Amino acid sequence: MSYRNRLTLLLCLVLSSLALSQDLASFEKRITVKTLANGLTVIICERPEAPVFSFFTHVDAGSVQDPMGKTGLAHMFEHMAFKGTDKIGTRDYNGEEAALAKVEEAYAAYSSERNKRVGRDEQKLQQLEKAWKDAIAAADKFSAHYTNEFGQIVESEGGEGMNAFTNLDETAYHYSFPVNRLELWAYLESERFLHPVMRQFYKERDVVVEERRMSTDSNPIGRLIEQFSEAAFAAHPYHRPTIGWMPDLHSFSATDAENFFHHYYVPSNMVVVVVGDLKAADAMPVIEKYFSRLPTRPKPDELTTTEPPQNSERRVVLHEQSQPFYVEGYHRPDYRSPDDQVYDVLADLLSSGRTSRLYRALVRDKQIASDSQGFTGFPGNKYPQLFAFYAVPLPGHKTQEIGDAIHAEIDRLKKEDISDDELKMVKTRSKANLIRSLGSNEGLAYALALNEARYGDWRELFRSVDRIDKVTKADVRRVANQIFVPDNRTVGVIEFSGGPPPAASAPQGGAQ
Amino acid sequence: MKKLASLFLVAPLLIGSLVSPAKAQAQTEEWKKVPIPKLPEFRPPQPKRIELPNGMVIFLQEDHELPMIDGIARIRGGERDMAANKAGFIDIYGEAWRTGGTKTKTGDQLDDYLEQRAAKVETGGSVDSTSISWSCLKEDFDDVFAAFDDVLRNPEFREDKINIAQKGSYDAISRRNDEPSQIAGREAAKLVYGAGNPYARVPEYATIAAITRQDLVDWHARFVQPNNIILGVVGDFDSAKMEARLRQAFASWPKGPAFKGAESKPAPAKPAYYLVEKTDVNQSNILLVSPGTRRNNPDYYAISVFNEAFGGGFSSRLFSHIRTVKGLAYAVGGGIGSSWDHDGMIRMMVSTKSATTFESITAIDEEIAALAKDPLNDEEVTRAKDSILNSFIFRFDSPDKVLQEKMAYEFYGYPLDFLENYRKQIEKVTKEDVARAAAKYLHRDKMAVLVVGNSAEFDKAPASLGAANKLDVTIPAPPPGLMPEQ
Repeated sequence: MSYRNRLTLLLCLVLSSLALSQDLASFEKRITVKTLANGLTVIICERPEAPVFSFFTHVDAGSVQDPMGKTGLAHMFEHMAFKGTDKIGTRDYNGEEAALAKVEEAYAAYSSERNKRVGRDEQKLQQLEKAWKDAIAAADKFSAHYTNEFGQIVESEGGEGMNAFTNLDETAYHYSFPVNRLELWAYLESERFLHPVMRQFYKERDVVVEERRMSTDSNPIGRLIEQFSEAAFAAHPYHRPTIGWMPDLHSFSATDAENFFHHYYVPSNMVVVVVGDLKAADAMPVIEKYFSRLPTRPKPDELTTTEPPQNSERRVVLHEQSQPFYVEGYHRPDYRSPDDQVYDVLADLLSSGRTSRLYRALVRDKQIASDSQGFTGFPGNKYPQLFAFYAVPLPGHKTQEIGDAIHAEIDRLKKEDISDDELKMVKTRSKANLIRSLGSNEGLAYALALNEARYGDWRELFRSVDRIDKVTKADVRRVANQIFVPDNRTVGVIEFSGGPPPAASAPQGGAQ
Repeated sequence: MKKLASLFLVAPLLIGSLVSPAKAQAQTEEWKKVPIPKLPEFRPPQPKRIELPNGMVIFLQEDHELPMIDGIARIRGGERDMAANKAGFIDIYGEAWRTGGTKTKTGDQLDDYLEQRAAKVETGGSVDSTSISWSCLKEDFDDVFAAFDDVLRNPEFREDKINIAQKGSYDAISRRNDEPSQIAGREAAKLVYGAGNPYARVPEYATIAAITRQDLVDWHARFVQPNNIILGVVGDFDSAKMEARLRQAFASWPKGPAFKGAESKPAPAKPAYYLVEKTDVNQSNILLVSPGTRRNNPDYYAISVFNEAFGGGFSSRLFSHIRTVKGLAYAVGGGIGSSWDHDGMIRMMVSTKSATTFESITAIDEEIAALAKDPLNDEEVTRAKDSILNSFIFRFDSPDKVLQEKMAYEFYGYPLDFLENYRKQIEKVTKEDVARAAAKYLHRDKMAVLVVGNSAEFDKAPASLGAANKLDVTIPAPPPGLMPEQ
């Protein structure tokens, strides 16, 4: 895959904009929604194409909900949700439970000594560390033969695409099964959130630290994105990396993860969507039987911090051994804004294919970049966020030149109406994209879950296309004038330093 | 599935028959009490195969779920069939074939024409083939198919678009040492196949600069012949009408010369440690590699089970031991690779912090060595087979997937019932077959070990391992005058 394709993929992970409309009526007939007594929303979508189904469990809590000093905790719990339960992954849960409690006691003692600002006793610290590691070894004996039993069951029963993701806004779990495993799935998926066990937590924490090294520390674009987000958001937790800051990853405990679970994995904060060759009349009672076991708990409070207006341009510059890269972003309101679809139109107009404005200006005409796009929903889309631009400069072209070219395109949007043909193209494409998205169980499960979680109504999946249809040229120009102003801008660049940096260089990046 | 049924019978017996460990045992078995009914019989729709007198093969697969019609033509001949001094040719051709427009329309005009219909016609190239595809709403089929046919048979390869494609390749070359995993993948292929081998070679500024419009025109004239093409169409259409339509379009296209590709054998580097120094990372990308095999090898089924159990999913030995138990890596896995028509790669990979580089290599060594003393056991082999067989339906759970499978068999000359046969063959695999396949193909002493990392932070000096060969990945400078001044 070419560099630009891989890059687009990378950036798409944070976009997930859903532009959809089409035959709502036919879906009304195929979709059943039920809110269980414990508050859990269950959606079944009948799609009898082949005897399989896919599901999505959406939890309305992401890394934005990480407690202070414990960044990465939402994502850490996601890893722990594959470790089994009191019945899966253990040879004797009573014994294991007691042993895990000892691990937590030992870690708390070790951690408390380690964190002492004054009077830390190094010898004692070593003893406490050893006691903690011994406690882990003792607890591991209870799970030894059952390593990854949860995943083993799913895989050997024919599970396909088993995975999960955490982003700033939410956490989600998904895979597909042959349709005769519906009840087994309902058992496993409810069991997983009924009594997850924090076994092998500290080894899994090491695994997550390696994930951070791979996605961020050892990847120049990863390093840029982390510094860029941190600069763009001062108050709102959108400034933090989902993977977590390294010191936090070395600090939080299994008890922290368990507390996070109890606080946010609450049925009324979750949506479960199943799509496939199912009859709702048969499937709903099965799902209800198992998921009703989840205890009712109070819905967590909404996050209250909002990002104050930005009133000065911010800039981060990374001097790297790698080739230059350019990104900039402008604050915009959250997805409930009446202008939400105007941003979708802008993103499509600027970025979609070879007719897009940025391709034509930077790649085709000026020939200064191999790829350039504008996109919304960075770094999340639940809270006020950025409309961002990136470009990959061709060899010999400076990031300044790239910024100027992007600003020229922005000025055009501010000064001239877009053409009728362009607007029509965007609207036609949004409808076609909707239709294309309806042809897979996995895609439907994800889209229905997300819309239900965001709006309390899966139908928004279809309505957003109608709203795109109502966007006018004047809307596009008005919004461009509103947000694309220098004081609302954060710029992040990688500059090629020519080789390894000097040994005692200052920390890279940061707001200036 | 047979085995699962027997487990249901066994599990309840255990509850009463043993005392204290039994309680625990019974507890862990709760999931096995959940009933699993028989999976309904499913016969996926099979595409209709048509062979035109001129040799063009067409597959038609109706799928009336959505009002769309998509198609793709796969054409024999790819990067491996081009001279090494023009390495990277197929990327340039694959882009400019479409962007360079046709005799009557520029690429930009085609872009506007298609995007107004939210439709696509795209071209591309790979190591063994090129392709041209379309995707459109049913109502736009006539318009879009006309554009597809025009690009297929009347491309113009305008110079300005060839230049843009070349610039894109220069950019990719300039960035190829930025990400450690990309370096590792590229250099590992060279260690297995040899740097000049078509399965390993990479474009350079000079090889891209050497590509001319005439090369593209000649390539198209040579390879885009009906007898080199397999066309698959899927979507909301009537097969009889579509067949008539395609016959009308393509039947009079005269047959061209038959295509014969050249074989190229792997020329593996000597087994040793190889190091690519990268000072801006805190994690090592490690690959242990040697030549693998082909999918038409009778051992392929035992190899598939081995791969699943040894280095596949959550349940595999590499994942369980190196990630879950030792906490050494987020990314770890591997297996005996097999390609359709040439030898694939055996590769074991792990990414770990610099300070556990050699600890992780040792951990993989131990897993390979353990296979001799402690081969994959009944439980592991059964689990791996169950995983493959129970998820088998996902190989054909959409008409499009069935179409793609058949097109691949047709392209590589495999029997069209390869998939049905695959299931039967997997069912027959025994743990002895798996052990035999592992012993036959996996030889640690024949594998090259590649580390891309920051050697100053390693747990051992690379030199202490004897012949640690430093690989120079410096990008050769562009020919004078090719690039703008920095």
